[in-house]
Amino acid sequence: MTDAQGKGDKSARSQMLGAVRRALGRGPLDATAAAPLERRLADHPANLIPARTDRPAPAVLDLFVQMAEAVSTTVDRVADERAVPAAVSEYLARYNLPSDIVMSPDPVLDVFPWHERPLLSIHRGRSQGDDPVSLTPAFAGIAETGTLMLESGADRPTTLNFLPDTHIVVLFADQVVGPYEVAWNRLRAQQAAAGGGMPRTVNFVTGPSRTGDIEQKIQLGAHGPRRLHIVLVEGRSPAAGKESEGGIGPAADGPRP
Amino acid sequence: MQSTSHAFKDNAQRALHDPRLQRAMENLRHGFQERRRVAAAALPEFEQLRDIARDIKNHTLANLDWYLERYEEKVLASGGHVHWCRTAAEARETILAICRSAGARTVTKGKSMIAEEIALNDFLEEKGIEPVETDLGEYIIQLRREPPSHIIAPAVHLNQDDVEDTFRRSHTDLPADRSLGEARELCDEARTILRSKFLAADVGITGANFLIAETGSSIIVTNEGNGDLTQTLPKVHVVLASLEKVVPTLEDVSTILRLLARSATGQEFSSYTTVSTGPRRPGDLDGPQEYHVVLLDNGRSAMLGTEFHEMLRCIRCSACMNHCPVYSAVGGHAYGWVYPGPMGAVLTPGLIGIDEAGHLPNASTFCGRCESVCPMKIPLPKMMRHWRERQVERGLGPAAARWGLGAWAFLASRPALYGLAAKLGAGVLGRLGRRKGRFAALPLAGGWTGVRDMPAPEGRTFRDQWAERNRR
Amino acid sequence: MENTPAASPCRVGLFVTCLVDLFRPTVGFAAVKLLEDAGCTVVVPQQTCCGQPAYNSGDKARAKQVARQVIAAFADVDYVVAPSGSCGGMLHEHYPELFADEPETALAAQHLAKRSHELISFLVDVRGMKRVDARFEGAVTYHDSCSGLRELGVKQQPRQLLRSVEGLSIRELPGAETCCGFGGTFCVKYPAISDRMVTDKAEDIRRSGAGTLLAGDMGCLLNMAGKLSRLGVPVAVRHVAEVLADMADRPSIGAPDRK
Repeated sequence: MTDAQGKGDKSARSQMLGAVRRALGRGPLDATAAAPLERRLADHPANLIPARTDRPAPAVLDLFVQMAEAVSTTVDRVADERAVPAAVSEYLARYNLPSDIVMSPDPVLDVFPWHERPLLSIHRGRSQGDDPVSLTPAFAGIAETGTLMLESGADRPTTLNFLPDTHIVVLFADQVVGPYEVAWNRLRAQQAAAGGGMPRTVNFVTGPSRTGDIEQKIQLGAHGPRRLHIVLVEGRSPAAGKESEGGIGPAADGPRP
Repeated sequence: MQSTSHAFKDNAQRALHDPRLQRAMENLRHGFQERRRVAAAALPEFEQLRDIARDIKNHTLANLDWYLERYEEKVLASGGHVHWCRTAAEARETILAICRSAGARTVTKGKSMIAEEIALNDFLEEKGIEPVETDLGEYIIQLRREPPSHIIAPAVHLNQDDVEDTFRRSHTDLPADRSLGEARELCDEARTILRSKFLAADVGITGANFLIAETGSSIIVTNEGNGDLTQTLPKVHVVLASLEKVVPTLEDVSTILRLLARSATGQEFSSYTTVSTGPRRPGDLDGPQEYHVVLLDNGRSAMLGTEFHEMLRCIRCSACMNHCPVYSAVGGHAYGWVYPGPMGAVLTPGLIGIDEAGHLPNASTFCGRCESVCPMKIPLPKMMRHWRERQVERGLGPAAARWGLGAWAFLASRPALYGLAAKLGAGVLGRLGRRKGRFAALPLAGGWTGVRDMPAPEGRTFRDQWAERNRR
Repeated sequence: MENTPAASPCRVGLFVTCLVDLFRPTVGFAAVKLLEDAGCTVVVPQQTCCGQPAYNSGDKARAKQVARQVIAAFADVDYVVAPSGSCGGMLHEHYPELFADEPETALAAQHLAKRSHELISFLVDVRGMKRVDARFEGAVTYHDSCSGLRELGVKQQPRQLLRSVEGLSIRELPGAETCCGFGGTFCVKYPAISDRMVTDKAEDIRRSGAGTLLAGDMGCLLNMAGKLSRLGVPVAVRHVAEVLADMADRPSIGAPDRK
C-alpha cells in the first residue's frame, strides 16, 4: 500500500466511526460501558442450544451419521485404527475410483497401517488441483447437522478439502460432539494449549459440494468434491492414542466420555 | 450498477409478459418456500432462535463502533489488513490498489452482493484486470452481462436451455457435438472452465456473511465451495464486507448460522461454512499470503439510528423475496438495482435515494409474509411504510393519488357527510348493478375494472339500514 | 346454542368497515347476529373508516385525522369488533404506532387497541364460542386474508366454527396464505402485478373444487370475486360471517340479484 492509501484509510476510519457514534447519539464508549462487552467477548457465553443433541453419547454418534448421510455424505463405521486402510481401499474399489491418494502430512494419520494396502499410492502434501482423491483428518464431527470441522495448520493444508473429486475424512468417534458450541470450545482449548489464536481457517463441511443454480435442481460437485466419505473409527487402541496429538483427541469440556 | 428502479412499472410489465421468465419463476415458488417450511419445522427452537438472533444483532448495532474497533484489532493481530471505505468509489480504488500491488491480471470472485453494489466488475475490467465470477449462477450471468436477479440464486430467472445457449456462445472452443442438455453436463462444463481460472488467479475477492469481533475472522457460507477456492488459492485474499456484518462471538454467529441456511435454501446447514482469520501461517502449505478486509459504509451509518435502523440486521438470506408474491410475479430484475424483493424495497431507497427507488416500497400489498419468515425479525412492511411517509413529507408521488387521498380524508373526517355520500353511491351503483351483480367497467375505476369485475353493492348502506332498524 | 357459558355480558361497538357499509351490509348484520348470539350487546357508533388508506399511503397526518374520530367514537364500549382482519389489525396493531409520537393521544390509542378484535377470533378466543347454529349445503374453501392471519393470528378460529355448520365441508385452498393481490391502493397503483396475483389465486380456488369461497375481509373478497367472475369461474364468494350467521341466502358477492 502507498502512503496516500494509508492516510486515506485513517481519515476514512475516523469518519466512519464518527458517523456511527453520531447515529447512536454518543461518543466512544468509556471503560465502564465497555466492560460488559469485554466480558461478552472473553466469556463468549453460548446462546440457546437446540435440544436435538441432548442424548447419550452413542445416540449422538448415530445422529451424526444419520445427519451426514442425509446430505449425501457416505459413512463407513470401523472398529479401530487397524481397519482404516482396508476401509479406504474398499471404498475406492466400490466406486471404481483411482487409488492415488494425496494425504495431509499430519502425523495423526501415521497410526493407520497403510503398508498393509500396498496398492494404495499415497502422497503427502497439499493438493495441486488434479488429485482425484484426498484423505485428511478432521478436528471434530458435529452431530447437530452431520458437519465436519476441519482446521488448517502446517500439517493440514486446506486445499485437500476442496480441490480433489473425492474427499475422504478419517474421524474418531470421540471427536464427535453434539452442537457447534462444544466444538468451538474444544478448538479454543487446543489453540490456547499451542499458544495461538484461531487457525488461519476453519472449514465446516456438510456434505459434498453442491449447487442448485440451474432451475433449483441439486447437482453435487459444483466446484469442490463430488463425493465426501467419512471413515468413522469407533475405538482407539491405547498405543495409537498416544500418537494422536495435534488436537485430534477429546478435550475435557466435551459431553462424551 | 446503473439503476432502473424508477422504471419499476415498465420493468414489471415486461417481466409479467415474459413467458420464459415466468416459467423460471415457477421453480422459485415451488422450491424455496416448501424447503424453508420443512427445515424450520424440523427445528423446534427455530422461533426462539429468531428472537435471540434479533437481540444479538440489536446489541451489536447499539455498540457497533466498539465491536468494529475490536474486530479490526484482531484482524491486525492475525496479520491481516483492514481498509475503511466510506463510499463505493473508495472501496473500488482500495481494491484496485491491492490488485495492482499484487501485479494481478486475473481475480476470482466469490459471490458478493456488495461487489455488485459497488459495481466492482465493470471497474476492474476498465482497469485491465479480468474479474471471474466463480459461483455457478453468478458466472452464468456474468457471461450474459446481466445483473443478478436474486441475492443467493443470481440466475434464478433463467431456464436450463438459457444456460446451455450461454455456454455455447461464450465457451468458443466447445465442440458443437458436445452434449449440454443436462444440468449435470452444464455444471461439469463450468467446473472445468473455472478450475483453471481458480488456479491462475492472482487475487481472490469474496464477500463475508459475518465478521467476528472476538477473533477477527470473516465467515463465508457457500454450497459450491467456490468461495473457498477463491480465498485459498490466490496469493491475496480480499474480503469485501459492509460494516454491519460484525457480530460479537463464535457462539453468536453459531446461533445466527442455525437460521441462515434454513431460511435461505431450507438446508440444515450449507455445505461449506468457512471461518478465515488472517493470512497463511508460517509452515502452512497453502492459503493466501495476504489477507485484506475492505470495510464499507456506503450509506449504512446513515441508516443507523433512523427508522430504518433494523434493516441493518439483515443477513441476506433471501427468505423475504422467496416468499414475496410481488417478487415471484415480476422477478428480481424488475426492481432495477442490486437488491430485489422486500429487503431491497427497504434497503435500496436508503442506498440510492427515494427519488430513484420510490416505486420499490410502494409495490407491496403489505401482506406481511416477508416479516413472518425473516430470521432476523425485520419489520419490512413497517419500514416500507416509513419510506412512503418520507415520500409524502417531500410531496413525491403522483398528484392524482394525493388529490384522491385528500378528497377521501375530507369525507372520512365528516361522518354525516360521508354517510350521505356512501348512501347515494351505494344506492346508485346498487340499482345499476343489480341485474348483473357486477360491473365490467366503471368510470374512474379503470385500474380495477381493467383486469377484474367490480361486484355491485347490495344497494343500501349498512348504516342506513341500521338507523332504520333502530328507529323501528 | 351452547356457547359462552363463561362469557359475561358485554357491550360491543361494531366497527362496520367502509367496504361492508358500502358493498355488503349483509356482513354487518351477520356480525351483529353472531355477536348477539355470543351474549354481546351491539352498538354501532358514528363512523367512517379506520384510516388505513392514508396510513398505508404514508400520509400519517390524514390517517391520524380519521383515526382520532374512531378513538373518540369507540371510547365507551367494552370491545371494538370489526368483520375484517385488515381494519381490526389497523386498530389493534397500528393505532399505537401511528400515535407513538403524540403522547396525549397515544394512551387512548393503546386503550382502543387493547379492546379491538377481528370478529371471528373475538367470537372464538374472547367469547369462547365453540359452534354456530347454521346450515350450508356444499363444499367451501377458505382464503386466509393477510392482515388477519399475520397481525392477529386468525387461522383456526374460522375453520373451527365452519366445521360446526351443518351440511358444510371444507376443502383447503392450495396457497391459502398467499396474498390475493388486493393490498388496498396497491391493486390500482400496480394493476398488472395485482392481476397476476389474483389470477394465480383464482386458479388455486378453481383447483380446490369448492363451490364457495369464503374469507374474512371485504377487500380481498371483492378482488377475488371480481376476478373469478371476469374469468367465468363459477365459484360463489361470501364473507365467512354470512355462512356462520346462517345468512347465506342472499346472492353471493358479485352475483345478480334475482329477487
